[in-house]
Amino acid sequence: MEVFGIEFSWLAVKLIQIGLFVAVLLVGLAFLLLMDRKVWAAVQMRRGPNVVGAFGLLQSFADFIKFVVKELIIPAGADKALFIIAPILTLVMAFGAWAVIPAAPGWVISDLNIGILYWLAISSLGVYGIIIGGWASNSKYPFLGALRSTAQMVSYEVSIGFILIPVILLVGSLNLTEIVDAQAGGFWHWHITLLDFSNPKSLVLFPIMFYMFVLFFISALAETNRPPFDLAEAESELVAGYQVEYSSTAYLLFMIGEYLNIVLMCAMLTLLFLGGWHAPVDIGVQFMPPFFWFAIKLVFMFFLFAMVKAIVPRYRYDQLMRLGWKVFLPTSLVAVVLVSGYVVMFGRLAVGG
Amino acid sequence: MLPVIAFYVLSAFVVGAAFMVVAARNPVHAVMYLILTFFSAAGLFILMGAEFLALLLIMVYVGAVAVLFMFVVMMLDVDFVELKKGFLQHVPMGVVVGGVLLTEMILVGAYSLAKPSQGVILAPKDSSNIKELGNVLYTEYAFFFEGVGLVLLVALIGAIVLTLRTREGVKRQNIADQIARTREEGVELVDVESGEGIGS
Repeated sequence: MEVFGIEFSWLAVKLIQIGLFVAVLLVGLAFLLLMDRKVWAAVQMRRGPNVVGAFGLLQSFADFIKFVVKELIIPAGADKALFIIAPILTLVMAFGAWAVIPAAPGWVISDLNIGILYWLAISSLGVYGIIIGGWASNSKYPFLGALRSTAQMVSYEVSIGFILIPVILLVGSLNLTEIVDAQAGGFWHWHITLLDFSNPKSLVLFPIMFYMFVLFFISALAETNRPPFDLAEAESELVAGYQVEYSSTAYLLFMIGEYLNIVLMCAMLTLLFLGGWHAPVDIGVQFMPPFFWFAIKLVFMFFLFAMVKAIVPRYRYDQLMRLGWKVFLPTSLVAVVLVSGYVVMFGRLAVGG
Repeated sequence: MLPVIAFYVLSAFVVGAAFMVVAARNPVHAVMYLILTFFSAAGLFILMGAEFLALLLIMVYVGAVAVLFMFVVMMLDVDFVELKKGFLQHVPMGVVVGGVLLTEMILVGAYSLAKPSQGVILAPKDSSNIKELGNVLYTEYAFFFEGVGLVLLVALIGAIVLTLRTREGVKRQNIADQIARTREEGVELVDVESGEGIGS
């Protein structure tokens, strides 16, 4: 059976895959949000949400219902069409990028051979939700917040692009599955800890790639407007940034989009540097399905994001820009030169351990 | 079947959005339509099997260039009455430029329709887009590629030179200085008698 020249069975499988991805992501997100708040509370010696459900486990769902049943207020001076499009755009782009993320061998909606580029392109589109939302609100604080946020995201996208290049050079592929498979065989093949003592030449890569991991982590914080770089919503200066005028479901969409982007960044860190779904030591027996390793690493990265939010004070805007353009960009360029020099001299790392 | 439908839908979007770029009254809306045009054009690229170019179009034009457009347009205080004053006066020039562009496009189109095989070398099916592009770019066209790089560098430096100005009396943050500061330089401990202050 065919619909518009497409196999119906293929279409059905893809639709089910997409539905599963969205469902797992949304439910997982609810608990990650709770974890974020719990970690934050623990650092400040509070209890955090603990009323709805055991240990507050249902808090996110309660929040969801609260947001949805509230009234959606559209300011009189707002550009109505763009005001409503902006949060939808944020959410769509946040989900769209997940299409190329492999969660386990073969567990991917679309195994593009230029997956990284697709991810970069889609995440660069995420800026529009924010800038349109800020402008369409027709108010000063949202506009200033949107400008700050956009400038910040565009700047850090450049350094993220450069940080990706050493990884791509070492693997020789833009396909995320191949990038993960190149890190198989044990944690000494992961790009964060390239400590393969059987291949002494490759040890020179360890400091470079570890530094790249740190840069990527910090750039990811800036790219997703997380503290310490949440200048777009610096409440002491801008009330709440680009989403001041948003309420109800529209605000909820912004928030889900923002958190999805954060989880996406955790997933990218896991795939690019932490070996994706591979166990830290390959002993020949699989104790856990590969997906669980991926999930554990992802949650650990999210824990780091939450800890940073809890313990680091906010940057000043000029310091943020200085860090991006004058520190990250030159040093990642140097790393690109060094790693490509290594690849020319000694060849790529052996694939698959 | 599907590619044909997709082609017509995307082309309709490209043409319609391109028209709206000119027709839109609000400049921010015009930029939005421009972005829609880029995006749909990227879709057309994908239909032709040039997914690398499509993603590059989205990354560079939609993700960076159009954002800067948007910045400028949002910050501008545009007076529409003032803008429309010179409309009739510039019409002849616009017609000439548009006519030249149209003729060129028709000529190119007619040429490629007449000799479809000329000038287009299809990449072999088993090779990926990026490999073929890289192969051509860094071998046959290496000098042109580097030339383009130099042009971009000149533009970059030019932009910096245009905006760089040295001002008197600006206090800049020197992070190395800040970090190198010791407690002895920064803190002075004073024993203050109660009720007397530090007497300065």
